[in-house]
Amino acid sequence: MEFFRIHKTIPFMRHALVLNIVSFVTFALAVFFLLHRGLHLSVEFTGGTVMEVAYQQSADIGKVREAIGKLGYPDVQVQSYGTSRDVQIRLPAQKGMNSDQQSAQVMQALKTVDPSATQRGIEVVGPQVGEELTTNGLKALGMVVVGIMIYLAIRFEWKFAVATVLANLHDVVIILGFFAFFQWEFSLAVLAAVLAVLGYSVNESVVIFDRVRENFRRYRKMSTVEIIDNAITSTISRTIITHGSTQLVVLSMFFFGGPTLHYFALALTIGILFGIYSSAFVAAAIAMWLGVKREDLVKGPTKRDGGSEDDPNAGAVV
Amino acid sequence: MNRYPVWKYAIIVIVLLVGLIYSLPNFFGEAPAVQVSAAKSTVKVDAATQSRVEEALKAAGLAPDLLTLEGGSLRARFATPDEQLKARDTVQRTLVPDPADPPYVVALNLVSRSPAWLTALHAFPMYLGLDLRGGVDFLLQVDMKGAIDKKAESFASDLRTTFRDKGIRGTSVSRNGQTVEVSFRDAAALEAAKRLIQDQFQDLSTTDSQDGSNWRLVATIKPEAARRLQDAALKQNITTLHNRINELGVAEPVIQQQGLDRIVVQLPGVQDTAKAKDILGRTATLEMRLVDESAEGRAAELSGGPVPFGSEKFLERNGRPVIVKKQVLVTGENLTDAQPGFDQQSNQPKVDLTMDAKGGRIMRDVSRENYKKRMAMLIFEKGKGEVLTAPSINGELGNRFQISGSMTVAEAADLALLLRAGSLAAPMEIIQERTIGPSLGADNIEKGFKSVMYGFLAIMVFMCAYYALFGLFSSIALAVNLMLLVAILSMLQATLTLPGIAAMALAIGVAIDSNVLINERVREELRNGAAPQAAIHAGYDRAWGTILDSNVTTLIAGIALLAFGSGPVRGFAVVHCIGIVTSMFSAVFFSRGLVNFWYGQKKKLKTVSIGTVWRPKTDGTAVAEGK
Repeated sequence: MEFFRIHKTIPFMRHALVLNIVSFVTFALAVFFLLHRGLHLSVEFTGGTVMEVAYQQSADIGKVREAIGKLGYPDVQVQSYGTSRDVQIRLPAQKGMNSDQQSAQVMQALKTVDPSATQRGIEVVGPQVGEELTTNGLKALGMVVVGIMIYLAIRFEWKFAVATVLANLHDVVIILGFFAFFQWEFSLAVLAAVLAVLGYSVNESVVIFDRVRENFRRYRKMSTVEIIDNAITSTISRTIITHGSTQLVVLSMFFFGGPTLHYFALALTIGILFGIYSSAFVAAAIAMWLGVKREDLVKGPTKRDGGSEDDPNAGAVV
Repeated sequence: MNRYPVWKYAIIVIVLLVGLIYSLPNFFGEAPAVQVSAAKSTVKVDAATQSRVEEALKAAGLAPDLLTLEGGSLRARFATPDEQLKARDTVQRTLVPDPADPPYVVALNLVSRSPAWLTALHAFPMYLGLDLRGGVDFLLQVDMKGAIDKKAESFASDLRTTFRDKGIRGTSVSRNGQTVEVSFRDAAALEAAKRLIQDQFQDLSTTDSQDGSNWRLVATIKPEAARRLQDAALKQNITTLHNRINELGVAEPVIQQQGLDRIVVQLPGVQDTAKAKDILGRTATLEMRLVDESAEGRAAELSGGPVPFGSEKFLERNGRPVIVKKQVLVTGENLTDAQPGFDQQSNQPKVDLTMDAKGGRIMRDVSRENYKKRMAMLIFEKGKGEVLTAPSINGELGNRFQISGSMTVAEAADLALLLRAGSLAAPMEIIQERTIGPSLGADNIEKGFKSVMYGFLAIMVFMCAYYALFGLFSSIALAVNLMLLVAILSMLQATLTLPGIAAMALAIGVAIDSNVLINERVREELRNGAAPQAAIHAGYDRAWGTILDSNVTTLIAGIALLAFGSGPVRGFAVVHCIGIVTSMFSAVFFSRGLVNFWYGQKKKLKTVSIGTVWRPKTDGTAVAEGK
């Protein structure tokens, strides 16, 4: 099988400006939603109590909400979880009551409405844990960004490092934007997914830049734009196949992994889709704007050994 | 060109073999078992217990498949739940003569069914996290500030007494937060006090200042001493928790330090949070009382006569009765430390005890009045007391004294531990708790397993269809990757959680990237007209740099997660990082081995089975080349 039969180098960079404007707009939108709506943080970050309650028949969420509302919780969230018989209830921390009393009170209220209600699980998180997670999450993000920048700057060049990290932050912000817009729950698992995307999406940029470097060595006559176009074109089949197969696994998690892995898989899906796009167009284009030159990548005196002057492959298309 | 030397194949075979052996125990499932653990801190499960259990089982006609002693608990595995129940009753009858005061907890448990030879090779299955097994999970915060405040307070009172004893006059000592402030009326007193602190209180550092005719000295606990103190407090709390949790009879509790001041407690299988919390919060107390040396007391002790009024009978660990007066001299609160050591003169093991100032004063008075008499140290757990030791007083005691005599090094260490375990070193509070029902756990494990399996199958089908034989090689490499990942996690005895399974699934997706890079590169070389052997060679060679770069960057993200993550994120990160490393081995080294094995021998290789290699012709029409 062969999916990609590309005759000529596709002039991706010709559209760089338009594509960059598109990404800038999506980026700005994501930032807007993040600031405007904020993330719907899970109990791990906010502190509070989450209860999972199972019913024998399909649960009537309205009734559950009403029963808990009577206990004096103004904004309590009730949603079905996994199956229609399972309900997830989030209670904000309340003064003068500990989590035991809270959950016991809620269970009692629910049992008077429907005696078949059973508690399947409960999770209680104190506020200081949440604060710490937030700072640790940001630290992890910072460390990933700095670590990748340093590695890329050593292995390639600072322009590539900057381009890659910008492209990746773009992915991360867009994932966060999605979570803010749809008010999906941002849990610790999602945070792990976001950081995994950060590492994973760098792969793409690295593969392309690796090829750019190789092309600079091989085709001495080509301009930078041509070289970038060529690099993207010749790696596009690999990019799409790799992402496709990763996406297969992630979809498998999305469909079979159950509610706990739902948002984790969703975050990865968005990350993968934007990862393809951003590494090809955002990272490469930024590198181009930053003015990547042959001299940046091909170190040492450019040896003009025989044949390379008029390389038969120069300008060749694959 | 495409041949591996024998040693490379040898490495592959060895790695595969080791991988297979260590991943194997995970597939055997679990068998019913009976677990014996100590119910009291004074009781130990050891080889003697093992032989007792063995004999009892043999007498009852029961033969366990496996009997292991591990980490202070004894486990006997049986083939059927029926035998398990019978065995539980037998063991219970043998080890617990009095159900009201059980020295051992005999509980039902599940133990891996993996055969004895695997266990002998130390191949154990991974632990399943609570989200996969059900149970309770607590995160406890140790109040380190409280511990240091307490220590500063005890330093303050120690200083007060020492100054008085040494005749340094006109001082006032007060604790201010975590420092002790002393003020003096003259400089000479300050100098004397400074020297005294340097000599006798090595954990304190001092700064002095003069304010008019008022000399002040501020004593601070040295940072290294504070660190040692915190460390000791945490360790002691963990020991205490261990002792308490044993009472619950939980099969495999996890009690781990997390960070500098937190303890994770996981109790698989326990659903009753309230009871668990009750037991975690319960304190054992240590009391020191005088032994009743009156004639009646002696008689009661030796021949079991009536216990005199005002005294109580307790048993020593070896079962000997001791008659002890009811009046409590000192409690565990006044005991600040107990450390095992060696007596310099007699070269015998000893336990050094340190009391705070109040305790020291009482000890001094008591020892003066009761020279050559015996003093008992009792530990109370669940309202029941037991005598740890009852040494006789051989001199005037202060706030530091020692217990020595006929004990072994192990006994000394044990005694010190018990004395310290009497109470929590620092207060703790539960800051996070999770309960996962067993059905939810079973759900999670099934769903997690399914998502890995379907994802793996989908990729395998695709790779084989798209890359033909090379796709098959990649799929085998992927399977090897998964096996190695499981083997390493089992070797590390990691705890598998749902995020860990998710990371495994993701690892499959990421690992295939390397193979796709290689296969695409080989195709590209073929497309450019390279000979098959050369194309394979160049494909692997050129893809390597890219694979390394992309994996290192992914690894950086993984390590950051590992460094800053906690709980589920950590579980994810561990598997993620190991997966990256194993994928480098399987996708590059192992898959090349397969390819070399298959193609390397063939001298005149005409085609490579890597799917369609399509060549654009210069005139614009395309030619496709089959496999």
